[in-house]
Amino acid sequence: MKIFGKVLNIVLLATLLLVSTKSIAGQGIEEAEKEFNATDLINSHIGDSHDFHIADWNGHPISVSLPVILWSENGLTIFGSSEFHHDDNGIHVVEKNGEKFVKYKEVVYYADKFENLSEDDKSAFNFSARPLNFSITKNVFSMLLSVIVLFLLFYSLARSYKKNNMAPKGLAGFLEPLVIFVRDDIAIPNIGEKKYAKFMPYLLTIFFFIWINNMFGLIPFFPFSSNLTGNIYFTFVLSFITFLITSFNANKDYWGHIFAPPVPKALYPIMIPVEIIGMFTKPFALMIRLFANITAGHIIILSLISLIYIFKTTWISPVSGAFVLFMSVLELLVAALQAYVFTLLSALFIGQAVAEHDHH
Amino acid sequence: MNLTSPESLIFWTSLIFIVFFLLMRKLAWKPILGAVKSREDSINNALLSAENAKKDMQNLKADNEKLLAEARAERDIMIKEAREIKEKMISDAKSEAQMQGEKMIEQAKASIASEKNAAIADLKNQVGALSIEIAEKVLKGELANKEAQTKLVETMLGDAKLN
Repeated sequence: MKIFGKVLNIVLLATLLLVSTKSIAGQGIEEAEKEFNATDLINSHIGDSHDFHIADWNGHPISVSLPVILWSENGLTIFGSSEFHHDDNGIHVVEKNGEKFVKYKEVVYYADKFENLSEDDKSAFNFSARPLNFSITKNVFSMLLSVIVLFLLFYSLARSYKKNNMAPKGLAGFLEPLVIFVRDDIAIPNIGEKKYAKFMPYLLTIFFFIWINNMFGLIPFFPFSSNLTGNIYFTFVLSFITFLITSFNANKDYWGHIFAPPVPKALYPIMIPVEIIGMFTKPFALMIRLFANITAGHIIILSLISLIYIFKTTWISPVSGAFVLFMSVLELLVAALQAYVFTLLSALFIGQAVAEHDHH
Repeated sequence: MNLTSPESLIFWTSLIFIVFFLLMRKLAWKPILGAVKSREDSINNALLSAENAKKDMQNLKADNEKLLAEARAERDIMIKEAREIKEKMISDAKSEAQMQGEKMIEQAKASIASEKNAAIADLKNQVGALSIEIAEKVLKGELANKEAQTKLVETMLGDAKLN
């Protein structure tokens, strides 16, 4: 069975045109398993964290302390994430506000309750064992940064029109075509000439918000590099907002199609649940698409870099460097593309909800 | 993937996004979209008025050309008329001169004729008077020579045979 598995492995790798490196890879993984774990590395890089790790120096991590904000049984507790002393294994106990906290896999638990938890119960969704956590995490930090950058950019663009009524120049020459692109290629074709204006601020906001965060995520150093748009909670909030906007602006035709679809009444028991599910699958697809695309890009780049440590040879670095460069350029495209797709689909869903249908 | 407590990111994303959205809508998107729209309108207006101006120019040009053609035609007519007048004047003058000449010649001829007649009459008178004078003188001369006269009378009487 083991031999069969190995043969299968070889065949699979051969089909992936990795025959020449196969033997090295096999050895590398086994030897490096104890000291280097690519899965952990990638997981920690694409995930969120309470402090912003910058680099390791002589084995000591250097990181920026971010505020940990907890709502516990004793009320609000705020302290710096450096209080955990880079511990993420539930060992270092922080005592604040009369309570003891530990951090395990980036989840803060009550220290006393954590000790009694089985491995399966150690989860971010185990609300009985942990306080409510409203920490400014790495992702929140980078979201704040992106919001500030975007605001400065577009506020100065808005002000530039007061001075310059002629052809756009400077910053306006770069940003204005993007704004017009959102208007003429996303909003108007999908929502329609009459109703698009109301939704323009939302579409512009999500387009630039997602795009800049996608790009910030690709910059591999502080204060960027966080995988915000590849975080499912983040994409959940955005798609949920799209869902709310779609639902609250939907007209009679939209609801009519859901609760009284144009089919024989006998089919209603099937059609109405399908239509109701359809209401939710659209924003759900938005959520998953953005999350999966961005996270996958980060995983690929991190995997390529991990190859150097897996093979334990610097000779592989030009290869993985070239691939990382290629992937980074591709991700730059994906960053814009996913922002475009999210905005486009939001506009499409809104357009469907506000469209004046001809009754058929 | 280390997903931290979901409420943290959900809470902050919602809060930050909504505040960001409201701020951007008021301070960025409205002015930007308004400015872009008004500039588009002004560009469209400018293009439209340029088009109109072009049309006006074309009309004006056509008018000018029409005017020019009219002026040219008028000039041609005037030149033609002037030529005709000139020719007429020349021919009139010619015929007038001719008539005048003929009249003058006529008059000259008449006066020449009357002068001639007068001269002839005068000549006749003078010739008459002269011949009378000559005759007088001849007669006086003849009669002055008595001997000859008497001889002549004698001869004549001699010849005069009383037949």
